[in-house]
Amino acid sequence: MKYPYFPGCTLYTKAKKLDDAGRECSLKLGFELEELPDWTCCGATFPLVNDQHITMSGPTRILADTKDQGNDKLVTLCSVCFNVLKRTNNVMLNDEERRAKITDFIERDYHGEVEVLHYLQLLRDEIGFETLKEKVVKPLTGLKVACYYGCLLLRPVKEIGLDVMENPTIFEDFIRALGGEPVEFPYKVECCGAFQAVHSMDTATRCSRDILRSAKNNGADVVITTCPLCQFNLDDRQPEIQKSDTAFSSIPVVYFTQLLALALDLSADDLGFERNLIDPLPLLKEKGIVA
Amino acid sequence: MGEIVELTGLKDGEPVTCACALGDLSDFESVPVDRRVMVIGGGITGITSAIDLGNAGYQVMLVDRLPSVGGRMLQLSETFPTLDCAQCTLTPRTVESGQHPKVTLKTSCEVEELKGEPGDYRVRIRQKVTYVDWNKCTGCGTCIQKCPSQGVSLFERDAGRMTAIYTLSPQAVPNKPLIDVDRCRYLQLGKCGVCAKSCPVGAIDYEQEESFFEAQVGAIIVATGFDIYDWKNKMPEYGGGQITDVIDGLTMERYLSASGPTAGAVVRPSDGKVVKEIVFIQCVGSRNPEFHKSYCSRVCCMYTAKHARLYKHKVHDGQVYVFYIDIRSTGKGYEQFIQQSVSEEEIVYVRGRAARIYQEGEKIIVQGSDTLSGRKIEIAADMVVVAAAMVPNEGAQELADILGIKCNDDGFFLEDNYKLSPIETGGDGIYIAGCCQGIKDIADSSAQGSAAASKVQVFLSSVRRQNQEAV
Amino acid sequence: MKTVISRSQVKGDFVNKVAEISGENFFDCYQCGNCSAGCPSVDEMDLLPSQVVRYLQLGLEEEVKNCKSMWVCAACMMCHARCPKGVDISKIMESLRVLRLREVGAEAHIDVTDFSEEYLARAPQIAMISGYRKFLPL
Repeated sequence: MKYPYFPGCTLYTKAKKLDDAGRECSLKLGFELEELPDWTCCGATFPLVNDQHITMSGPTRILADTKDQGNDKLVTLCSVCFNVLKRTNNVMLNDEERRAKITDFIERDYHGEVEVLHYLQLLRDEIGFETLKEKVVKPLTGLKVACYYGCLLLRPVKEIGLDVMENPTIFEDFIRALGGEPVEFPYKVECCGAFQAVHSMDTATRCSRDILRSAKNNGADVVITTCPLCQFNLDDRQPEIQKSDTAFSSIPVVYFTQLLALALDLSADDLGFERNLIDPLPLLKEKGIVA
Repeated sequence: MGEIVELTGLKDGEPVTCACALGDLSDFESVPVDRRVMVIGGGITGITSAIDLGNAGYQVMLVDRLPSVGGRMLQLSETFPTLDCAQCTLTPRTVESGQHPKVTLKTSCEVEELKGEPGDYRVRIRQKVTYVDWNKCTGCGTCIQKCPSQGVSLFERDAGRMTAIYTLSPQAVPNKPLIDVDRCRYLQLGKCGVCAKSCPVGAIDYEQEESFFEAQVGAIIVATGFDIYDWKNKMPEYGGGQITDVIDGLTMERYLSASGPTAGAVVRPSDGKVVKEIVFIQCVGSRNPEFHKSYCSRVCCMYTAKHARLYKHKVHDGQVYVFYIDIRSTGKGYEQFIQQSVSEEEIVYVRGRAARIYQEGEKIIVQGSDTLSGRKIEIAADMVVVAAAMVPNEGAQELADILGIKCNDDGFFLEDNYKLSPIETGGDGIYIAGCCQGIKDIADSSAQGSAAASKVQVFLSSVRRQNQEAV
Repeated sequence: MKTVISRSQVKGDFVNKVAEISGENFFDCYQCGNCSAGCPSVDEMDLLPSQVVRYLQLGLEEEVKNCKSMWVCAACMMCHARCPKGVDISKIMESLRVLRLREVGAEAHIDVTDFSEEYLARAPQIAMISGYRKFLPL
């Protein structure tokens, strides 16, 4: 089974490990991510004002390309790309006026025919967590995982529809399938500060601190995420957090595909853990997940 | 006994047992149909209607699906704005409804079917199984004392426990026990039988089957009351029922009640510690058209202030915080009650909603806002009480379908005209009163109960006149 | 602090424009404060999200135009996700930002030269792209 796949800019470079692991794992799970040819950036923001259409031209072109190549689905790994593509698709599907403006501008005929899927959704709805569980070679036994959803994977709930807003479970179910132990923590759907990382660093630091503290207070060994921006904030803000809170001890923040890869017995050497600021390897070794 | 019940309307092959638990209907049927009334729902509203009509000389059948009358009010501690003990004020009326020569109680009964027409209805009633022959039972309570099986109490909510054979409350009317089949060891496992062995009059009947009877009445009053919105399942942002020390207002009533499971002590359900910092949150599931109920539940402002005040009477050095959006205290003496509570008990009213509640160690963190100071507010509380929305009682829509009356979008029975005929349902013969029509406090409920009784008398006297003219 | 309000202010051009491009009706809001209670950025804000809407209801153009809150909003949409009236404050905040950034001579709110090489080497592209889109003149 082949699924058309949109990696996005960050997964081609700084979050290559999220992408690599996702692709490798798909082969182990019996499907293939087929990269969309000649894709462009999704724009990384969905326009939140009604009179701004130009920023939707990029994602619409990506979606129209997907359709023109005979596909009705498009898989993404990055929460930001997922959110932008999904919301743009909703506009193209439901908003006649805006669709007319965008399609006139990019000279494409697109009516929202493609279903945008997140990789997690693909695992849950198309592969099935039961099947995933059967394919696990090295279960993440004893690993306490804080499943951090953040914003864009879930909100706005009515448009995204991946899971419920206050207490989603898809991520926890995924970790259970891998044999790990998800920990409930109250900050799992709170914001990490997002793009405030390039504007109000205080916001990003404080938001990240609250999330990490909450995860640690509830017994987590590691935090997982689907989003390169969340990963960056949660990982790279930790030295700053420690400056104001000496009692704070660090916690690794990894991509969900990295844990998936370990459970499917892919080599930790290929998973790019060296890019993490807080090295997860000592923990993974201690837990016997990495030799 | 009970043999005079007419059996029309029953289908072939259905159980037709109208002896034992049913009691005697000869009084009820001693008067013409146009002097008989059925009241569905034995809360303060229905009791008021029943007693009024009984005093006016009508024969009343008061039907309740619960085993005893008294309804929600019996669960309350003290009532605003006068802080009267709810049980002390209500019990004389429940007792009166049980002893009134013109009122026949039919508890553990549900309305199944309605036939006939205004002035001459035939109502098919299902008598639920109690496993106790109430005609034999003397209400001595030995069975309850001996029962070895315990579970969460229906009456005490999360605050207390009850045995498998039980009466809803200590002063139950009628004071006859029944067996909860799901908890009874004998009925589940075939072993035990302690109640049967201990009963001095042999009233326990494990073989009892449900039965049906039909009552012929001239008019019907519906007063089926309210329930609490299912906040535990619908509001994960408030812990989704997973945080033991987050309770709803009705459960708080049981903690505050002198006859409640803690004898009126306000302690944490989780560890029994005295509560020193308590947060109340109003409008939980109310005033929220996007996700929950769009309407204001109308009594929460008042009962929250009452809770705050009663709590301070018990824990003098405790601190109360109330998250509110607007204070609605429009009844007689209500505004003064709120003001007095705030000043005397130094309650901190925080003007804003709480967005979420979560557990952090022993404390419950409440994150809210105060729009008056322009601050986001966080409080580490020992206990949180949510004033959850009030909703029509379960089964209201089904009852409406049986009776041929309508519900509004929120499930409250629809009146003919909200302002000019709030008791009427469109046609003659069936009237609505109390919280089933829309949320209201006790004062308004009993007023509507009396209003419904009055409407019934007007209607039935016109029926009688027509009948006489026809003769 | 006395403020005179009038029909022309409550229905002023700026306020109308914010309503138009955000698609939100400020008068849906009954000031319950749930947005502010759940907002992760309030520590850096000068007006709570609910106050921003309140000021818009009153037509306080200058205060809203110059507030800091719109710039520290992370568009996490928690406010919208919990609003009992379905008001999307992230759209209102974005509208305020966009109107400032569209002004002639609008100032940039980030400067890429402020970031260290080390930072740029690690910050994901999505952070930079969305940062440019949220904070640079249009």
